[in-house]
Amino acid sequence: MRRIAWFRRSAKVPLEARPFDLLCLTVAVVLAVHAPHMPIWLAAALAGTLGARWWQRRRRGGRAPALLKLPLVALLSGVVIFYYGSLFGREPGAALAVGLLVLKLLESETARDARVGAAFSCFALMSALLFDQGMVATVLVALGLLPALATLRALEPTHAAVPLPRELLPALGLLAASLPLALLAFVLVPRLSSPLWGTPNPGQARTGLSEDMSPGDFTDLLTDDRPAMRVSFDAAPPPTSQRYFRAYVMWNYDGRRWSHIGTGGTPGEVEHQSPLTRYTITLEASGQRVLPALDVPVEAPEQALLSFDYEVLSARPVNDTRTYTLRSASSYRLEPRLDDRERRRGLRLPAGFNPQTQALAQRWRAEFGSNDKAIVQAALKLFHDGGFSYTLAPAPLGRDAVDDFLFSTHEGFCEHYSSAFTVLMRAAGIPARVVTGYQGGYWNELGNYLLVRQSDAHAWSEVWLPGQGWRRVDPTAAVRPERVRLGAAAAATGEATGWSPSQWWLGLRNRWDVVNRWWNQGVIGFDTLRQHGLLTPFGLRDADPGMLGLLLAIGGSLFAALGLAWAMWKRPANDPARASMQLLERRLASLGVVRRHSEGPQHFFIRAARALPTHRAELERLMRTYLELRYAYDEPPAELLKNFRQAARDFRPRRMVK
Amino acid sequence: MPAAFRRLQAWAERRLPALTRYKRPESLPITLHRRRVYIVPTAFGTAFTLLLLVMLLGALNYSNNAALLLTCMLGSACATSMLVAFRSLHGLRLSAIRQGQAIASESMVIQLVFAADDHAHASVHADMDGQTETFMAPARTETWLTLNLATSQRGWQPLPRIKLWSNWPVGLFHAWSWIHPDHAVLVWPRPEPAGPPPVLQGEYDLRRRLHQGEDIAALRDYRAGDPQRHIAWKHSARHEHLLVKDFEQPEAREEWRLDWRALSPLSPEARIARLARWLGEAEAVGRPTALWLPGEDIALGHGRSHYVHCMNALARLP
Repeated sequence: MRRIAWFRRSAKVPLEARPFDLLCLTVAVVLAVHAPHMPIWLAAALAGTLGARWWQRRRRGGRAPALLKLPLVALLSGVVIFYYGSLFGREPGAALAVGLLVLKLLESETARDARVGAAFSCFALMSALLFDQGMVATVLVALGLLPALATLRALEPTHAAVPLPRELLPALGLLAASLPLALLAFVLVPRLSSPLWGTPNPGQARTGLSEDMSPGDFTDLLTDDRPAMRVSFDAAPPPTSQRYFRAYVMWNYDGRRWSHIGTGGTPGEVEHQSPLTRYTITLEASGQRVLPALDVPVEAPEQALLSFDYEVLSARPVNDTRTYTLRSASSYRLEPRLDDRERRRGLRLPAGFNPQTQALAQRWRAEFGSNDKAIVQAALKLFHDGGFSYTLAPAPLGRDAVDDFLFSTHEGFCEHYSSAFTVLMRAAGIPARVVTGYQGGYWNELGNYLLVRQSDAHAWSEVWLPGQGWRRVDPTAAVRPERVRLGAAAAATGEATGWSPSQWWLGLRNRWDVVNRWWNQGVIGFDTLRQHGLLTPFGLRDADPGMLGLLLAIGGSLFAALGLAWAMWKRPANDPARASMQLLERRLASLGVVRRHSEGPQHFFIRAARALPTHRAELERLMRTYLELRYAYDEPPAELLKNFRQAARDFRPRRMVK
Repeated sequence: MPAAFRRLQAWAERRLPALTRYKRPESLPITLHRRRVYIVPTAFGTAFTLLLLVMLLGALNYSNNAALLLTCMLGSACATSMLVAFRSLHGLRLSAIRQGQAIASESMVIQLVFAADDHAHASVHADMDGQTETFMAPARTETWLTLNLATSQRGWQPLPRIKLWSNWPVGLFHAWSWIHPDHAVLVWPRPEPAGPPPVLQGEYDLRRRLHQGEDIAALRDYRAGDPQRHIAWKHSARHEHLLVKDFEQPEAREEWRLDWRALSPLSPEARIARLARWLGEAEAVGRPTALWLPGEDIALGHGRSHYVHCMNALARLP
C-alpha cells in the first residue's frame, strides 16, 4: 500500500509556479507568432513586459502593483490607436489582443486567471492565421496550443512533479488522439457560401501584378522569390517558350502608365487549331481579381468571368489561395475580324508625347507600305541590334519616356521593351496592346508541376495583324532570349540579385515547395467544390449542408463509440494459474468430471481422483501444487507456477476401460 | 437559496430514484462503473465551447482553412478530454474503510482504501461534509484517502454520502459519482470536564500492590530505613548489596473497579460521561481498571486496548 501526499483545495486556488511558467510560455508563443506583423518596438516592449513579470513573480512573488496596470492598459490602447489609427481591424485588433494578454499576466494570481489566459491565448493563436495560413505558420500555431493545454492540465492538482518539457507531452498526446476526429470535422464541416460579415482587407499591398504598369513597377516583382502560383498540366507541359500566362491586357496609355479596362463586352472570337491544354492552377493570395491563365483561355472557371480581351477576372479578390482548372488554346487565331471600336482603342496614343518615336514609326510605315509584319520585324530588329541591354536597374526616364528609352538610355527590362514596342506599333498604325502576366517558371520534377514565382512576372505585347488576329510579340526576347528560354532567374544572373544559390539549395527549395503545394491544395484550397469532389465517389452528388451535417454526426458518433470503448476497456487480469486450472477443468469435464459452481479446488480434485483412479497420483500432485500456489504465498515463486503450468499441460487423462 | 436547493435535491431523490441512483447506502466494495459516473461541462468548459464556436465561425467566415483545421483539432481535443475525465473515475473501487478513534464533537480520522484496476486515476477529489481531499491512485495499487469526519454524539454514526469527482485533465468537464458506503463508525462518549474521583470500595483496593513489569526495573539498592519485608531476598543472594523491591507511584497501582450501579443518582448520560473521565484518567497513569456496565462486565485490565474496549462498551450503551 502506498501513502500519498494529499492536497487541500480551496475556493480561490492560488496559482502555483508551474502553471504560471506554462502560461508565460503560452503567451510567449502567442507573441512570437504575432510578432512578424507587429511593429518591432511593440513586440519588443511586450516581450520585455512578459519577461519582467515572469522574473518578478519567480523572485518575489505577488501580483504586479495595481498602480502600474491601468496606465499600462491605457498606454497600450493609445499606442495602438496612434500607430494604426484605430482599435478595430485585423492588425490593430491583433496587436491589442496580444498586448492585453501580456498585461493579463500581470494580475494572474489564481487558477481562474490562468484558465482565462490560456483560453484567450488559444483565440489569439488562431487569429494569427488570418495573416498567414501557410504550413509553417499553422504548425507553429498548433505547437502553441501545447503549452496552452499543458497550462490547463497543470491547474488540476496532482502530485507528479515532472520537468517542464515533459508537461507538454500529455498535451501532445491529447492533440494526436484528437487528430482523426479533427480531420473528419475539417472535411465535413459545411462551408459558408458567402461570408457573414466583411472579410478583412488585405492590409499592406502585396507585391504582385497590378492593374496598371508604370516604370519601375516590376523591379520589386522581379526580385521577389515568393511563389505566385503552381500549375499542373493534365498532359505534357508546353515547352518553355510557350509558357506565357496572361493576367492583365492593357489598352490605355497616358504617356507614363498603362492600365487595363476590365470587364465589359463579350469575349472576342477565337479559332483554335490544336487540341486544348487542360491545366490546374493554384494561385497564391494576390489581393487582385485577376486569375492568370495560359495563353488564351477558352472558358472561365466558376465564380469568374472572361472579359472581352481574355482576362480571367474572379468575382471577388483572391485573398486566399485559390485553385482553378482551365483549358487554353496554344495555337489560335484571336479575333481575326477586329471591330472599329477596338481598332481605335488599339491605336490610341496620348497627344504630344514621344515625337521621335512617332517619327520613326511614320518612317517605317512609309518604307514598308501596308506590310505590318515587316514593321514588326523592323522594330524587333531595332531592339536586337540597336545596342539595347537588359537590366533591372535602368536609368530613369523623362517625360517622353519612350523617346528617352529608344534613343538615349537603351536599357531596361520587360516593361520598358513591351511599352516601347507597343507605342511604336500604335504610332505606325498597327493596333497593339500590352499584356502582363508570368512567363516561364520552374518545372518541379518531384511534384510534376510548374512553379511560377513572382520573379517570373513579365510583360509582352500583342499586335493585331490582318488575317491572323492578335499575335503575341515579346520584344524582350529580341534583346535577351534567355529571359524567355530559361526564365527570369537566368536573365537576372549577375545583374541585379547578385548571388546565385548553389544547386543543392535550389533542390532543397524545390522539395520544400512540393510540401507547400500539397498544403495549399490539400488544406488551404479545400473548398466546397473539393468537399463535393471528395464525396462523389461515395455516391453523394451535390451534398448540401444538411447532408454534410448528417455525415458529420454519423462520423462523430462512430468516433464517440470508439472513444467510449477505449475509456471502458479493461485489460484482462493476467492470471496464468487460473488459465491452467481452466485447462484442467476442460479436460476433466470431457471425461464427465464437471466442476460444480461452488466447488472448491480440493473437493474437485478428490472427486476427480475417485472418478479416475488411474490418474490418482497425478491428480493429487496437481492438487497439492495448486493449493500451495493459491494459498501458501502472497506472491507465489515463479518456479512453482511454471511447474504447475507444465503439469497441467502434460495431464492428459483417459477414461478407464471398465 | 441553498436551503431551497437542498429541498429540491431531497425531492429529486425521493421522486426520481433512477436519476439519483446509488445514493442509498450500499455495502463494500463499491466500484464506480459506467452507470454511476456522470459528466457535465464545467463553467469554464461552457465558456471555452463558446470561444471555440466563435473561432469556428471566424474560420468559416474568412474561409480560413488552417484556422478551421486547428479549431476542429482543439474541439476534438476537448471532446477527448471528456473521455479522459470519465476514465479518471471509471473503474475506481472503494474496497475498505478504516476508522480512527474520536470522542463526540471531535473529528474522527476515516481512511478510505481505494483500489485502482488497470489504469491510474489522476487527480480525484473526494467531498465529504464540505471538506475536499485530493488523491491519485496509481494502477493496480491500493491508495488510502484520509478524511476527517465531524462527530456530534456518542454511539454509532453512519458515514455520510461522499462525492468523488474529477476535472481531469484540462478542467473542461466535471465527472462525478456518489458513493454512500453502508458503514457506521463508533464515536466515544465525551468525558465530563471535571468531577470527583471514584469512591473506592473494599479494603483490598487500598492495599499496595507490586508494580507489574520487569523484575530488574522494579529493584533498587537498599537504603537505610527501607522496611525489611520489602527486601528481595532471592535477588539479593546473587548480588553484593541488598536489593529492595521498589514502590514508585503507589497511587498508580490502585485499581479502580468502576461500577455503573454506584452512580445511581446521576442520569445515564452523566454516568457515562463520568465513567469516561475516570477511564481516561486511569489510562493516563496506567492504572488497572475494571468496568461493570448493564449487559457487560469488563474484567480488570490496563493499557490502550483495554481502554479502547471500555470506551467502545460505553459508546455502545443504549
